[in-house]
Amino acid sequence: MFASVRAKSALLSILLLALFLGGWQIAATPTAGTGPALDPEYAALLGASAQQGKQTPMPTPVDVGLRIAKHLEAPFADRGTNDKGIGIQLAYSLARVLLGFGLAALVAIPLGFLIGMSPLVYGALNPFIQVLRPISPLAWMPLALYTIKDSAISSIFVIFICSIWPMLTNTAFGVAHVRKEWLNVARTLEVNPLRTAWRVILPAAAPTIVTGMRISIGIAWLVIVAAEMLVGGTGIGYFVWNEWNNLSIANIITAILVIGVVGMLLDHMLGFATKLVTYQE
Amino acid sequence: MTYVSIEGIAKRFKQPGGGVQTVFENIHFGVAKGEFVCLIGHSGCGKTTILNILAGLDTADDGVLLVGDKEVAGPSLDRAVIFQGHALMPWMSAIENIAFAVSSRWPDWDRAKVRAHCQKYIDLVGLTGAERKRPAMLSGGMKQRVGIARALSIEPKMLLMDEPFSALDALTRGTLQEEVLRLCAATQQTVFMITHDVDEAILLADRIVLMTNGPQAKIAEIVVNTLPRSRTRHDIHKHPHYYAIRNHIVDFLVERSRGFASAIPAGYDPRRPPETSPGTLRAAS
Ligand SMILES: Nc1ncnc2c1ncn2[C@@H]1O[C@H](COP(=O)(O)OP(=O)(O)OP(=O)(O)O)[C@@H](O)[C@H]1O
Ligand SMILES: [Mg+2]
Repeated sequence: MFASVRAKSALLSILLLALFLGGWQIAATPTAGTGPALDPEYAALLGASAQQGKQTPMPTPVDVGLRIAKHLEAPFADRGTNDKGIGIQLAYSLARVLLGFGLAALVAIPLGFLIGMSPLVYGALNPFIQVLRPISPLAWMPLALYTIKDSAISSIFVIFICSIWPMLTNTAFGVAHVRKEWLNVARTLEVNPLRTAWRVILPAAAPTIVTGMRISIGIAWLVIVAAEMLVGGTGIGYFVWNEWNNLSIANIITAILVIGVVGMLLDHMLGFATKLVTYQE
Repeated sequence: MTYVSIEGIAKRFKQPGGGVQTVFENIHFGVAKGEFVCLIGHSGCGKTTILNILAGLDTADDGVLLVGDKEVAGPSLDRAVIFQGHALMPWMSAIENIAFAVSSRWPDWDRAKVRAHCQKYIDLVGLTGAERKRPAMLSGGMKQRVGIARALSIEPKMLLMDEPFSALDALTRGTLQEEVLRLCAATQQTVFMITHDVDEAILLADRIVLMTNGPQAKIAEIVVNTLPRSRTRHDIHKHPHYYAIRNHIVDFLVERSRGFASAIPAGYDPRRPPETSPGTLRAAS
């Protein structure tokens, strides 16, 4: 029964994909001979090839498939500033995300511990957190560029600032809500505060902390694309922007797919980590 | 020899609407070395609060608490607590829960020594084979056994138990009661235990402290259990003293615990609550 439901939903997924790709293929296939009447302004924007009406600017799924295959042939090829393989660009973006996220975790988790354990620190820092947290990470970008004067470090800073909040608040919440019973066990065993933090509070709060990390990495991956579009240079976000300037829709679609798949993989990794630290009461 | 001496402790809480509620005050009693003392009273009279003060997890608002002639300053490895809700760490296996206690007690022991010590107590409470299971995979009775093993493993001078068996089914409760009786007798353990169950108190305790209803709960009297220490769950009700003691305590819980404050018996001194032996009284009359 259960297996058949799974098989059916898989079948339905494939069917939906086929319908989507089929519809796309039909809509995007250029009609032979007479091209569609183009808005002259739009045609001018798209350039000569479109004006002839021979080639629709929208690629078909087959075109995209061929392009993906081409990218996969040499994902790490480096042919100058504006022609780096998609793999290289992806590596740049991932490195920035992981660096910014890692630094944020290094700050957020200990600080969250402190906030969760001390009502005094909580009270002192809460107003700042309340104001800083809702700021769009991209709003920091100009300030970061001005003070840091380095676009690569600026985008890492933006990742840092956007991933810090979910981890901070989740860690503080998890630490503050450790069951009193477990802390009492540690107290009756005369366990010192450091060992209590490490052996009792950390494992007790770990599921909440890792959930915060999972939210953070999701946001970081959303933000990096926008940040790289802004600062340019390298990265998957810059790749998308660059291909827009080249009017290569097939490349843009390829990048979109890659961004989605990598985002999913990052999420799955932290989902797996959540499973590891989750305990059943 | 008195090991624990409770001298006039009181606990007060601020009430939400202002004012102070005295949960209990002027509580005096003692626990001798090697003695098993049960505290019985209705829900909310302050039993857990007394136990927490004994454990050092809570502080009294008045009075002093002496353990081995020293005033209690906080929790100590000398007094192990078996919590009402077992309080096992769910991310640790049964043996890891015990090892956490053992390595806290003896920080300089190596892994092998800790493990061997834990295994001894796992075997003692009859959990051999289940040591790698997490609490979620254990039954209620098994979890409580791990809690008992954890408390005993640190070889405390005193055991404090807060209704350790109240969440268990009657059958499991019976077996665990007998095991506790056996373990405590074998090690001459000093025990203070809270219970709601009169039969449990008669089976386990040497003396049973009767607490009146709160607020301003008092120790009404202390019942001496005159049944021989060799008693078992199956034969206590055959002993001639059993029903006298049982009826005396049930009568207290049903009747006298409520009206005690308004009709304090003549000569009642909270500093020396009367000790009664209903078993011998009945036999004598
Ligand atoms: N933090 C607190 N603030 C205010 N009142 C409290 C607090 N903790 C306990 N009390 C009150 O103290 C009284 C005694 O509580 P305690 O938990 O010791 O009762 P108990 O005798 O153990 O009851 P039970 O048998 O139900 O476990 C209760 O009336 C409770 O309302
Ligand atoms: Mg209680």
